[in-house]
Amino acid sequence: MDGVIAKSVHRASPYREAAEAFVADLEREHSLHSYWLQPDCPDLPTLWVGQENLLPFLRFLKQEISRPFDMLYDLSAIDERLRRHRGDGGNRQPESDFTVVYHLLSFSRDLFIRVKLALPESRLCAPSVSSIWANANWYEREAWDLFGIEFAGHPNLRRIMMPQTWEGHPLRKDHYARATEVDPFTLSAEKQRREQDALLFKPEEWGMARASDSSEFMFLNLGPNHPSVHGVFRVALQLDGEKIVDAVPDIGYHHRGAEKMAERQAWHTYVPYTDRVDYLGGVMNNLPYVLALEQLAGIQVPPRAQVIRVMMCELFRIASHLVFYGTFAQDVGQMSPVFYMFVDREKLFGIVEAITGGRMHPAWFRIGGVAQDLPEGWDKMIREFLDYMPARLREYDGMVIDNKLLQKRTRGIGVYNREEAIEWGITGPGLRATGYEWDLRKQRPYCGYDQFEFDIPTFDGGDCFDRCRVRVEEIRQSLRIIRQCLDNMPGGPYKSDHRLTTPPVKGRTMQDIETLIQHFVNNSWGPVMPPGETCFPVEATKGLNSYQIISDGGTNAYRTRIRTPSFPHLQMIPLMSRGLLVADLIAIIASIDFVMADVDR
Amino acid sequence: MSTTIWISLANIFGVLVAAVLLAALLTWGERRLLGFWQDRPGPNRVGPFGLFQVVADMIKLFFKEDFIPRFADRPVFILAPTIVMASMLLGFAVIPVAPMVGVIDLNVGLLFFLAMSSMAVYSVILGAYASNNKYALLGGLRAAAQTVSYEVFMGLSLMGVVMMAGSFNLREIVLAQQGGWFILPQAIGFLVFFIAGIAESHRLPFDLPEAEHELTAGFHTEYSSMKFGMFFVGEYLSVILISALITTLFLGGWLGPWLPPMVWFFLKTGFLVMIFVLLRAAIPRPRYDQLMQFGWKIMLPLSLANLLATGGVLLWLG
Repeated sequence: MDGVIAKSVHRASPYREAAEAFVADLEREHSLHSYWLQPDCPDLPTLWVGQENLLPFLRFLKQEISRPFDMLYDLSAIDERLRRHRGDGGNRQPESDFTVVYHLLSFSRDLFIRVKLALPESRLCAPSVSSIWANANWYEREAWDLFGIEFAGHPNLRRIMMPQTWEGHPLRKDHYARATEVDPFTLSAEKQRREQDALLFKPEEWGMARASDSSEFMFLNLGPNHPSVHGVFRVALQLDGEKIVDAVPDIGYHHRGAEKMAERQAWHTYVPYTDRVDYLGGVMNNLPYVLALEQLAGIQVPPRAQVIRVMMCELFRIASHLVFYGTFAQDVGQMSPVFYMFVDREKLFGIVEAITGGRMHPAWFRIGGVAQDLPEGWDKMIREFLDYMPARLREYDGMVIDNKLLQKRTRGIGVYNREEAIEWGITGPGLRATGYEWDLRKQRPYCGYDQFEFDIPTFDGGDCFDRCRVRVEEIRQSLRIIRQCLDNMPGGPYKSDHRLTTPPVKGRTMQDIETLIQHFVNNSWGPVMPPGETCFPVEATKGLNSYQIISDGGTNAYRTRIRTPSFPHLQMIPLMSRGLLVADLIAIIASIDFVMADVDR
Repeated sequence: MSTTIWISLANIFGVLVAAVLLAALLTWGERRLLGFWQDRPGPNRVGPFGLFQVVADMIKLFFKEDFIPRFADRPVFILAPTIVMASMLLGFAVIPVAPMVGVIDLNVGLLFFLAMSSMAVYSVILGAYASNNKYALLGGLRAAAQTVSYEVFMGLSLMGVVMMAGSFNLREIVLAQQGGWFILPQAIGFLVFFIAGIAESHRLPFDLPEAEHELTAGFHTEYSSMKFGMFFVGEYLSVILISALITTLFLGGWLGPWLPPMVWFFLKTGFLVMIFVLLRAAIPRPRYDQLMQFGWKIMLPLSLANLLATGGVLLWLG
């Protein structure tokens, strides 16, 4: 195991080939050559396109090119105005004040690419791509909200994260990051009235009619505080009797500005913030962040650290899926399972606590490895859990999965097929429930996942029930992976001795004054990461999660974009719930398995 | 003469106090039982075995702000929760607890019970209507539809028993079971009535009018303090009432060897109450339309068939 893992780590980027094939195809098939290929990112092809060429070019990538880019993986923006390192010589990126970044994914090529659009500050307007990819709708609203970039042709360009009355665009570099940077908050009677007026529900603003020819609709405000919306999530329902005519999700109640915070935290001190993005995923959130930084800094992570990471991530995958499993049953009215599953999760947290010292948010991964070595006796705890869990899962099968009433409530409810899922940016178990065997751990193995034996469970129904079954099977597969970690835990260091790891290696200090200063600086300010852009998607508990990090050669990120799975998943609710009953909507919401912090960040 | 008055007074207050006390106790008992089945302790801190939790909850409820929303229909809003308490307590009047124990010996006892249980529906519907809240409205709609449909075969399912006993008088029905409990010949009637009884008392899996996961708290969303408390106790009263009635109609009431009649009655009723709690712990909630389908397409034909078969057999036996 030791040697094998090491081999998989030292392999040069395995996606270079796919990237080169794509570039060749592009040159052959795209006659206009209306793009500029940025030369310094060979693994993640980055194409700059002019405004007028954007829509045709993206349409070409989605529809015409061989093995097309079917999914809009992410859409975000960068405020480039204060950025110093934008490449030199032939690598010099085009002049831009704000850059819109379209992150595309081709399943057939197994390749991510970036398309970038440069915008001058004087005319911040991009053409909307919501006519090409359905899920661009929310992403563009987000970019408008946080950067003030307009999207021409967008059907409903309103704020999505911030309140409608917010002034300014928070992710711009000239917007304050902390309340202490501005005058104290006051609320005059006039302002209060204005704020409250803005909260008044007007169905027209949500794109809903008040009545049809035959009936007057009832509007039901479900959330943001409702027992079944799993956090602060609001759905405005247009009802005809109990039948849902339309359901419009409203998010942003859990927005904490995690991306803005990343711009003032040091590389190392941002790790705990990532924990709180998908707050059920624990260290799983640290992983894409540290992997991206390690890619940027060129750090090789030792095998032991890799296997420890895999083990901890899979433990958290189980913990997260157990919460899903229990609350799913609870939301269709089954009272008891959630208690049994929380008991199991508690056992898991016991292990996590013994290893990391934390429970839900251990913030335990470090740039270059993990925080500590495994404690004595860790293997015994894990083995006990591995022996205990399968019987419990069998019991839950009988209680939940085999329950006829639960099947009646969830079978054929909230159905979407594979094409729809890809169109809307669905990843993770929600995609695998449509019968598509696609798991990033198999497709683009990271952390040495290629060395583990496990299956990708899939079911064909694409309904609530199958989304549940996929997750249940994933728990079993995770147990398998953990068993392999347990049996093959390599020896060696738990952290790389690269100079950019955090916290810096103690052994390097005390040589002379230089090393002492270096150590001191790296501890207090944190390391200085080389300038560049990096992104590393991982298969998180709920789907693909990645941190797109831009370093400007400083001690903190110039821009951090967090692509979370839950955000696009929620956008699909209207499509899944139209024509069904309120009770079905609750089952659908439960089956998506989202975390509001993962949506709003 | 005066002794009979004393006896009936003792009976009236005895049954009244026992019903209310048991309902209050059941709020604790249910949570302990659920806790037991769900691998957790349940309320176990206040007093011995957490028994005084009931008292603590009562005190808490009394001191909560008794809030009536501005937009509510005030008189109806206040009246609604009292109906369920009153009708359920009145229902206990006809229950024959033991040979000499019981408030009243009505000839139409069974019909009286059905009337009272129908009255209780008004409580839910009026409460929902008066709240002027959309969740409550949906809850009220569901309650109306659910109760109306389930009441149809609730009554029908009992007719087999009535035929066999030849009386609507509950005391006579118990005495008619001396040869054998009606649960055996009337197994279908028993099942149908039991299911209808759960639906009548809006308990999981038939708690659609409340359905906390869908309608937050359904018909009593806007209720607080003792008004909520009355709905709450009303629900437990109806659980006990239905259990007591099943005991009377199908399980031979107070009949049983060795132990005193009263003890038998309480044992059987207690067992049924426990089944109610167990069902709540185990079964998910069907959807509203599934519930209606189940009622009209399965339960109603079943109870009609039962009625027909019972009648046929009785005729054949002469």
